[in-house]
Amino acid sequence: MTNTNHRWIVRAIPYLWMLVLFFIPFIIVFKISLSSPEIAQPPYSPTFDPFVDGWSETFARFAEFTSANYLRLFVDSIYVSSYLSSIWIAGSSTVMMLFIAYPLAYGMARAPKSWRPTLVMMVILPFWTSFLIRVYAWISILSEEGLLNSMLLSLGIIDEPLVILSTNAAVYIGILYSYLPFMVLPLYSALEKMDESLIEAAKDLGCTNIQAFWKVTFPLSLPGVIAGCFLVFIPAVGEFVIPDLLGGSDTVMIGKTMWEEFFNNRDWPAASAVAIALLIVLMIPIMIFQNNQAKQQDMG
Amino acid sequence: MKRFSTFNAVSLTAGFAFLYLPILLLILYSFNAGRSVAVWGGWSTKWYASVFSNQQLLDAAWITLKVAFLSASVATILGTMAALALARHGRFAGRTLFSGMVYAPLVMPEVITGLSLLLLFVSINVDRGFWTIVLAHITFTMCFVAVVVQSRLVSFDRSIEEAALDLGCTPFMTFFRITLPLILPAVISSWMLAFTLSLDDLVISSFTTGPGATTLPMKIYSDVRLGVKPEINAVCSMMVAVVTVTVIIASIMTKRQEVERERAERLAQTKS
Amino acid sequence: MAAKSIGPIRRKFAPWDDPSAKPLIRIENVSKNFGSFTAVNNVSLDIFEREFFALLGPSGCGKTTLMRMLAGFETPSSGSISIAGLDLAGIPPHKRPVNMMFQSYALFPHMTVEKNIAFGLEMEKLPKGEITARVEEMLKLVKLEGFALRKPHQLSGGQRQRVALARAIAKRPKVLLLDEPLGALDKKLREETQFELLDLQVALGMTFVIVTHDQDEAMTMADRIAVMDKGQFVQISRPAELYEQPVSKYVADFIGDINLIEGRVEKNDLGKIILGSDTTGGMIEASGESAVKNGDTAWFALRPEKVSISLSPPENPSVNTATGTVWDIGYVGDVSVYHVRLDGGGTMRASIANTRRIVERPISWEDKVFLTWAPDSGIVLTK
Repeated sequence: MTNTNHRWIVRAIPYLWMLVLFFIPFIIVFKISLSSPEIAQPPYSPTFDPFVDGWSETFARFAEFTSANYLRLFVDSIYVSSYLSSIWIAGSSTVMMLFIAYPLAYGMARAPKSWRPTLVMMVILPFWTSFLIRVYAWISILSEEGLLNSMLLSLGIIDEPLVILSTNAAVYIGILYSYLPFMVLPLYSALEKMDESLIEAAKDLGCTNIQAFWKVTFPLSLPGVIAGCFLVFIPAVGEFVIPDLLGGSDTVMIGKTMWEEFFNNRDWPAASAVAIALLIVLMIPIMIFQNNQAKQQDMG
Repeated sequence: MKRFSTFNAVSLTAGFAFLYLPILLLILYSFNAGRSVAVWGGWSTKWYASVFSNQQLLDAAWITLKVAFLSASVATILGTMAALALARHGRFAGRTLFSGMVYAPLVMPEVITGLSLLLLFVSINVDRGFWTIVLAHITFTMCFVAVVVQSRLVSFDRSIEEAALDLGCTPFMTFFRITLPLILPAVISSWMLAFTLSLDDLVISSFTTGPGATTLPMKIYSDVRLGVKPEINAVCSMMVAVVTVTVIIASIMTKRQEVERERAERLAQTKS
Repeated sequence: MAAKSIGPIRRKFAPWDDPSAKPLIRIENVSKNFGSFTAVNNVSLDIFEREFFALLGPSGCGKTTLMRMLAGFETPSSGSISIAGLDLAGIPPHKRPVNMMFQSYALFPHMTVEKNIAFGLEMEKLPKGEITARVEEMLKLVKLEGFALRKPHQLSGGQRQRVALARAIAKRPKVLLLDEPLGALDKKLREETQFELLDLQVALGMTFVIVTHDQDEAMTMADRIAVMDKGQFVQISRPAELYEQPVSKYVADFIGDINLIEGRVEKNDLGKIILGSDTTGGMIEASGESAVKNGDTAWFALRPEKVSISLSPPENPSVNTATGTVWDIGYVGDVSVYHVRLDGGGTMRASIANTRRIVERPISWEDKVFLTWAPDSGIVLTK
C-alpha cells in the first residue's frame, strides 16, 4: 500500500518485545550454559560487566568459557536417561493419545450440526480450567487409598490396592488426560472441514465403510493428525508438573531434571546446558510443526 | 446426517467421561466432611469456610488475579499488533524470525521459557517479584493472542478495509472503525485465553518470581507436594466454577447473537 | 430513472476522436511487477470525462491490477497515472478523487445500510444535515428507500449490490471504479442491472471505469472497451468496432464466436483481398484494406451469423463458398448453430436466426450443404 503512514510501528513494538523477552534470553541461556557454577550471586562465572571491568578484561574472560556442562550431558547417565525416557514417554503417549482422540474427534465431526459447537466447547472447557487442578485431580483418584483402588477393592476385583501413583503409569495417564484437547481440536477441525460427499463418492465407487475411512477420511485428516501429534509431543517432552506430581522418584524426565538442577542443586550452568540441549532436540519437531501450520494457513 | 450413530455415541460418551469424571470427583470431594480422599464422610462446606480464613491462600489468589488481569490486557494489545503485522504487512524485513518468535512459545516447554526469562532478569539485575511475573506472562500469552486474532484476520475480507480507505478513511481510523469492531469477538476471547493461561501458570511463575510474590498455582503446588488437602479441593472447585460459568455465559451470548442474525437473514430473504 | 432516452448523449459521444479534448484519466507507460511476474506491462491509456470505459479480459490479464492502481491499492512499478492533471503518485487511497465498487461489495457488516452510505460523507466531514439529505437521495436513486436501517446480511444479493453502488457514488467522485460489479448476480438480474447502471452513469455525468471478464456486459454498457491479455492492451475500441473489426485472432475469438479460415494471399489491391484456401477448396474474396502481401499467410475471420447455409449450390461456387456435411445442430431458441464438417478439412459454424416457429428443419444432420458469405462480411487478419 502506501508509505505515508507509520504502519511499521505496529510491528516494531511486538517485534522488539519478543526480541528482548524471548530471543535475547536464549542467547543468555546459551552463554550461561558455557559458564562454570559458583557459590556466589549470581551463581556462575564468568560474569561480564565491561563498564566496571573495562573491555579488555571483559574479552579476556571469554577464555573462561567451558564446554564441561555439555560433556556432562553425555557422560552423566542421569541426563542421557532423562532425555531418552522423556522422548519415549512423550512419544508413546502421543501415539496412545491418537487412538483415544481420533474416535472422539470423529464422533464430534459427524455429530448433528447443531450439536457441534457445544461439543467443541465441552472439549475446550477443561482446557480453560487450571492444568495444575487437572493433574491434581488424579492424585486422589490414583493414590493407594484413592478412589480407584477403593472402588476396585469394594467390587472385589482386586485384593491388594494397585500401586499406580508415583509410577510411570500415572505419568502416562496424566499426559493423556491433560493434553487430550490439543489432539482432539486439530483432528476435529480437519475432519469437520471435510466434505461428506467425498465419502459418499467413495462409497458410490465401491468402497466399504472401512475402506472409505482408510482411503479418504484418514489421508485427508493427516494435517490435523500431524498438528495434533506435535502439539502433544513437543510440550510433553519438556513436561515438569506431571512427572513431578504423578511420577515417582524413578520417573526421570528432562523437565524435572532441569528443575531439580536449578532449584535444588542451584547449578544454573548445568540447567542452562540441559535447556539448550532440549531445545536442540525439539528444534526439528518445532520446525516441522511450524511448516505444517504455515502450509495449512496458505491453503485455508 | 441427523442423529448420532452408535459408534459415535459411544466414543463421545467415553471421551467426555474421561475428560470430566476427574474434575467432577474433585468437586464432589470438596464437599466431603471427612479428611480422606476416598471415604465419603457426609456433606460439608467446612473446607470452603477454611479457604476464606486462610490469609495466605487469599493473598496468593489476589496476586494471581492482578497478574492475570494486567498481563492479559497488555498481551491482548501486543498480540493484536503482532497478528496485524503477520496478517496484513506482507513480506517485511525479518518476518521469518518474527513469525518464528510468535509461534515457538506455543509449543516451547515452559521450563525453558521460564529459565530463559529468569536468566534475563538476573543478568539485567532487576528485582524479581510481581512485575517480572507480569512481564513473563505477557510474553508467553501474547503469542496465543496473536494466533487467535491472526486466524480471524486471515478469514476477513480485506476489501472491507480497502473500501473504508477508498471512501476517505485514514488507515489509522480504518482500524478503529472497521477492523477492530469486526475482530472484537476474537480479541475478547483471546483476552480470556490469555487471562486463564496466566491464572493457570505454575512453571514460568516459579522461575520468574521473587520474594513476596506467590501466585495461587505456586501455593497450591507447594501444598499438594505435602499431600492432598480437602482445602485445596475447595479452592480448585471454586476456580473451576468461575471459569465454567464465564465460558458458558460467553458462549450463550455469542449463540444468541447468531440466532438473531439467522432470523434476520431469513426475514430478508422472504421480503426481497 | 431518466425520463428521456440516453440516445442523444450516447450517439454523439466520442471525445477520443477529438485531438483537442483533454483526458480525465491519463495512464502513461504503467507497469506493475509482483516479484518476477509482470501483471501489467507498459500500458498507456486516456479515459475521458463522462466516458463509460471497460477493461475486458480473462482472469489474470492484469485488468484488476490496473484498476487497483487507479484506486491506490497498488503502486505502479513504473509509469504514471494522473486524474484531471493531478499526478496520483504517492497519494494514498483515502485521498484520491476516485471511489470503487468492490466485487465482493465489501459492505461494512456491522453498519446499517444508511451508515454504510454515509460513511464516505462522514469522512469528508460534511455537515450532518447534508449527509442525511445525500443518503436519502442515494437510497431513492437505487430504490432502497425502505431499507435504511437494515444490516447488510439482511439484504438480498441484488440489494447489497445497490447499497455498494450507492455508497461508492455518494461522495460524487470524479471517477467511479467498478470491479466486476455484476459478477455475483444471476443472469436475468445482471442484464436488467446493466441498463440501470448505464442510465445512472449518464444521469450522474460521472466517469465509470469497469473491470469485467464478461464480454456481454462490456459490450452492452461501455463507450469504449480495452481488451487486455498478458498485461497489455490488445485493442481499444468501441464495442461495434471490436466485434466487426478485431485487430487480431485473439480479440476476434475472445469477443463472440468466429470462424477463422487460414489461407494464402494471392492478390491485394484496391480494397480487395483474394485468399486461396485449402479448407474451402476455393477462393476467398474479402473487401477491406490490409497490409498483406502476396504469398503471406492470413486468416479470414467470419462471424457465424454472417454465413448462409443452403442445400443447393450458389451461382459461383468457386468464390466465398465452402462445402461440407452437417455434423451437429445446436438449437438455442433464438438461433440454431450448424456445425459443418468441411470437405477440405476443418469445421465451420453457421448460425441461422429462427425467425419462424419450425418443428421440421429444412436442413438436417448429415445433409450435404453449401456455406456462402458476402465479401464484406468478414475481415482478413494477419496475427
